[in-house]
Amino acid sequence: MEFIVASAIGVMMAAGVYLVLRARTFPVVLGLSLMTYAVNVFLFATGRLAVNLPPVISAEATGYTDPLPQALVLTAIVISFGMTAVIVVMALRSYLESGTDHVDLDHATHAGDVASSDNPARATATGTDRERATGGGNRS
Amino acid sequence: MSLAFIVLLPFLGAVLPALMIRAGRNACAIATGAVTLLALALLLGHAPAVMKGEVLWYGFDWVPSLGLNIHFFLDGLGFLFASLILGIGLLIIVYARFYLAKEDPMGNFYTYLLLFQGAMVGIVLSDNILLLLIFWELTSLSSFLLIGFWGHLPEGRQGARMALAVTGGGGLSLIAGMLILGNIAGSYDLTEILARTDVIQASPLYLPALVLILGGCFAKSAQFPFQFWLPHAMAAPTPVSAYLHSATMVKAGLFLMARLWPVLAGTDAWFYLVATTGLVTMVVGAGIALFKDDLKGLLAFSTVSHLGLVTMLLGLGSPMAAVAAVFHVINHATFKAALFMNAGIIDHEAGTRDIKRLGGLLFLMPVTATMAMVAAASMAGIPPLNGFLSKEMMLEEAGHTVWFGQGWVFPVVATVAAIFSVAYSFRYIVHVFFGPKRDDYPGAPHDPPAGLWLPPALLVGLVVAIGLFPETLVGPLVRVVATAVIGGPPPEFHLSLWHGFTPALFMSVAAVVIGLLALAGYRRVRAVWAAGPHPDAKAMFDCLLASVVAASQWITHGLHNGSLQRYLAMMLGAAVVLGAGAFFGGPHLPGTRALQPVPLAVWVVWLLLLAACLGTVMLHRHRLLAVLVVGVAGLVVSVGFIYLSAPDLAMTQISVEVGTVILILLALYFLPKHTPVESRDPRRWRDAVLASLVGLGVGGLSWAMMTRDFETLSGFYLEQSVPGGGGTNVVNVILVDFRGFDTFGEIIVLGVAALAIFALLDGAVRGDAGRRLSAWRPEFALTADRHPMMMVIATRVMLPLALIVGAYIFLRGHNMPGGGFIAGLVVSIALIMQYMASGFGWAAQRMRIDYHAFIGAGVLIAAATGIFSMSLGYPFLTSAFDHVHLPIVGEFEIASAMSFDTGVFLAVVGAVMLALANLSRLGRRAGQAPVSESPMDIDPSTGRRRSRDRNRDRVIKGS
Repeated sequence: MEFIVASAIGVMMAAGVYLVLRARTFPVVLGLSLMTYAVNVFLFATGRLAVNLPPVISAEATGYTDPLPQALVLTAIVISFGMTAVIVVMALRSYLESGTDHVDLDHATHAGDVASSDNPARATATGTDRERATGGGNRS
Repeated sequence: MSLAFIVLLPFLGAVLPALMIRAGRNACAIATGAVTLLALALLLGHAPAVMKGEVLWYGFDWVPSLGLNIHFFLDGLGFLFASLILGIGLLIIVYARFYLAKEDPMGNFYTYLLLFQGAMVGIVLSDNILLLLIFWELTSLSSFLLIGFWGHLPEGRQGARMALAVTGGGGLSLIAGMLILGNIAGSYDLTEILARTDVIQASPLYLPALVLILGGCFAKSAQFPFQFWLPHAMAAPTPVSAYLHSATMVKAGLFLMARLWPVLAGTDAWFYLVATTGLVTMVVGAGIALFKDDLKGLLAFSTVSHLGLVTMLLGLGSPMAAVAAVFHVINHATFKAALFMNAGIIDHEAGTRDIKRLGGLLFLMPVTATMAMVAAASMAGIPPLNGFLSKEMMLEEAGHTVWFGQGWVFPVVATVAAIFSVAYSFRYIVHVFFGPKRDDYPGAPHDPPAGLWLPPALLVGLVVAIGLFPETLVGPLVRVVATAVIGGPPPEFHLSLWHGFTPALFMSVAAVVIGLLALAGYRRVRAVWAAGPHPDAKAMFDCLLASVVAASQWITHGLHNGSLQRYLAMMLGAAVVLGAGAFFGGPHLPGTRALQPVPLAVWVVWLLLLAACLGTVMLHRHRLLAVLVVGVAGLVVSVGFIYLSAPDLAMTQISVEVGTVILILLALYFLPKHTPVESRDPRRWRDAVLASLVGLGVGGLSWAMMTRDFETLSGFYLEQSVPGGGGTNVVNVILVDFRGFDTFGEIIVLGVAALAIFALLDGAVRGDAGRRLSAWRPEFALTADRHPMMMVIATRVMLPLALIVGAYIFLRGHNMPGGGFIAGLVVSIALIMQYMASGFGWAAQRMRIDYHAFIGAGVLIAAATGIFSMSLGYPFLTSAFDHVHLPIVGEFEIASAMSFDTGVFLAVVGAVMLALANLSRLGRRAGQAPVSESPMDIDPSTGRRRSRDRNRDRVIKGS
């Protein structure tokens, strides 16, 4: 059983990392979800694995699994929902603002698929413009 | 106590000028002067005790675990420097009142000046070296403000920056050195350190500590090769130059060398480092000073030279040299501050301080000229002025110093420096005040008002008086200070003008004669100088700085080029490298914990999870499919939680999963439906390798952890859950009772996240985003049924059922799997289904709920529960069950925990609904789709489709 859980954590983590490294916001969101699963299960597993020993006190129970990691993970799941929601909405807003869902905004400017490249606020925001713009060329 | 007050007064008083400037410039100056005067009076009140040789101490512990304590002490050395700082400070305050122009912000100036003054007094009175370091850095910062006071001048800004870079860099070196020193001595208190000479000099860390400390001192005191910053700091207003760069800040390095003299001096390393540096600085500074045409530049290099002189004397390591060093510190402060103020007067009245444009001022400014001549003669070392006395002592000491077996080096170089010194001092007199009157002065030179000449005149008076009656006036003081520097009784000496025909006298006479000859043939000397090489220290410094900046930019831009993908890859790569380093760096034993058996069904579910993960990666370009496949992974995790005895987690995970999928689908409505192929193969392989390594690492870590036994504090929770928390579901009891404060924090975080989402989406209807949203048209075919009847009916029927289930889960939560979190999620999903089935407009008109208020109410209710227990005298969030003894205890206890859980429930509902409802509201903006007036597209009473056009007409009419 331990192998099952450990390998599941590893596989979810690996898939999450691969997706997080993609260039568009949407796969990043999916990757973060997978990483969240992996981290939550990992935290849960710090209480070790137990079958049929729920931490609900009763006279028939033969024993209990560790409740503390469960309490931690329960709030972690809810918080990670909040986090996912914020990231999804940030991805949406940045797509609406810039017209692209690439994770690197200056890449978008460079690629020219953004109408606001003549926007002075953007021009100053990118600061060390030239290096950035040329550096963007060799990124995918 | 009054010791700390002397230090504190200038800091406290620093507010006064900023306030008093509203009452006028005089009031401002008087307030500033009063602060300094008070501090000086407090200090002089201790004079009798100090002159008797007592050491006053005051302090209290600040952070004793770090050895950082507020400890002050006052001995002769501290007394001398503190009185110089406060005394000359007082004169400078008067002088600055008349020097600064109307448009200069005088309030700022005096505030900076007092901050600087406090920091300097702090340095000289600190007993704790960590405290000293704090004050040391404060002087660098406040002097930066003062040097850059005229921020509109580029030289002012550059000079201030250079001074900060050099002295601040020196400060870092000093910190390192002092920490080593304190470590060797086992204490950071100077009084302790000074008693441990043997331990410190025997330590192998003595040399590193010495070099680092000297680095800080040399940088601060502008010793070679750090001499270059001082002339550039002359861009400061003259009062600042007179104060910082003659009497106080540049002497901080000397002070520290004198302070640590008993523990650091006396070794070969000390002698060769300090004395040689001092000697080189002395002669180089004096040489450059002769060829400076800017009066302040001349004085700046002269200061460098005199600081070198004192450094050299301290470096010699003999008690008599230390006496001479102390005496010269006093003398230099008097004549050099007077000269700086004098140069300021000339600049102020004649309109220039360029020697080439001056001359013949003697009869135009007789008072100024007289003062300048006396002070400059003292600087040249002409009897009977005080400069002569200490210069004689210096030549005497240099005369019998042997350097690397050579007895001639020190006397000859010192005499050469003295020759230059005579030449530049007389150049100041001759080229400025003598010669024919000119008619091309930029200003109309005349003697200044008394406020400008009185402060230097006072110092000039001291120059003469100390010269004539040295033993009477400063003899006792020099003895007391020398005692403090040497750390024991000083040698017998007698300060007097005439010592007989000593070698030093002949060196002095030679210096005066040759110096005057050099000045007489100044054109030829200058031509020789002009022909030689002139390494420009500023250019070198700028070049060094530029190369450092270029190097750091190369590193920064390499790592930090704006690509988030690159950052992430680097962070993950670094984590893999560090983890691998730790893993392969030590031995490993396999875990010993017994493994759980694996039934066949588990393997199947495991394969499903693997397939889901792989599928997400393979299908991630088809976004809709990928969302569904990720959902499968989430469901498998929920199933896993059920199997592994975590029913609460399973319920939470599954309801969160539903919410997440709805959320992502709502967002995906606007986002592109496909991800284009962008990465080339090598990039994808790199990411795949990185991802595999991270997965392997995390999986391996999990395996290692799960196969080992552990200790847990959960026994307490399991035992206390029923008697202490009154619930059988231990997870829920932990959440709402034992760790209720954590949960309280979590719901606040959730609420803040929801508000952030609201802010992000609320702003999306304006600006670029708003325009894109209005112009947005679906790029895919919409279904003909926008609000399908089956779904509408189903959600309507589901709503009361879901609400009941939510209430049930909520109520039983304390004793069975469930609780506020899960109930909140279930209820939110039930409500959001109404939006999905019949559209935002229709649903929002029927559910007039303010979700912001839900979040706020939830947090407030949870807080009120906690505060209620406080009102009964128990800690925040104490469960009422524990403490209130009522006949029906169980019921009361349930009410308490449930009240908290209600807060959790409301916050969760509010947060989830606020996020999802605002996301679906965006759809209304997009393409200005009409609000549905009816719950579904089909009118069941007629069985016909409602006309879209009619709907639209109505909307237009209504709007």
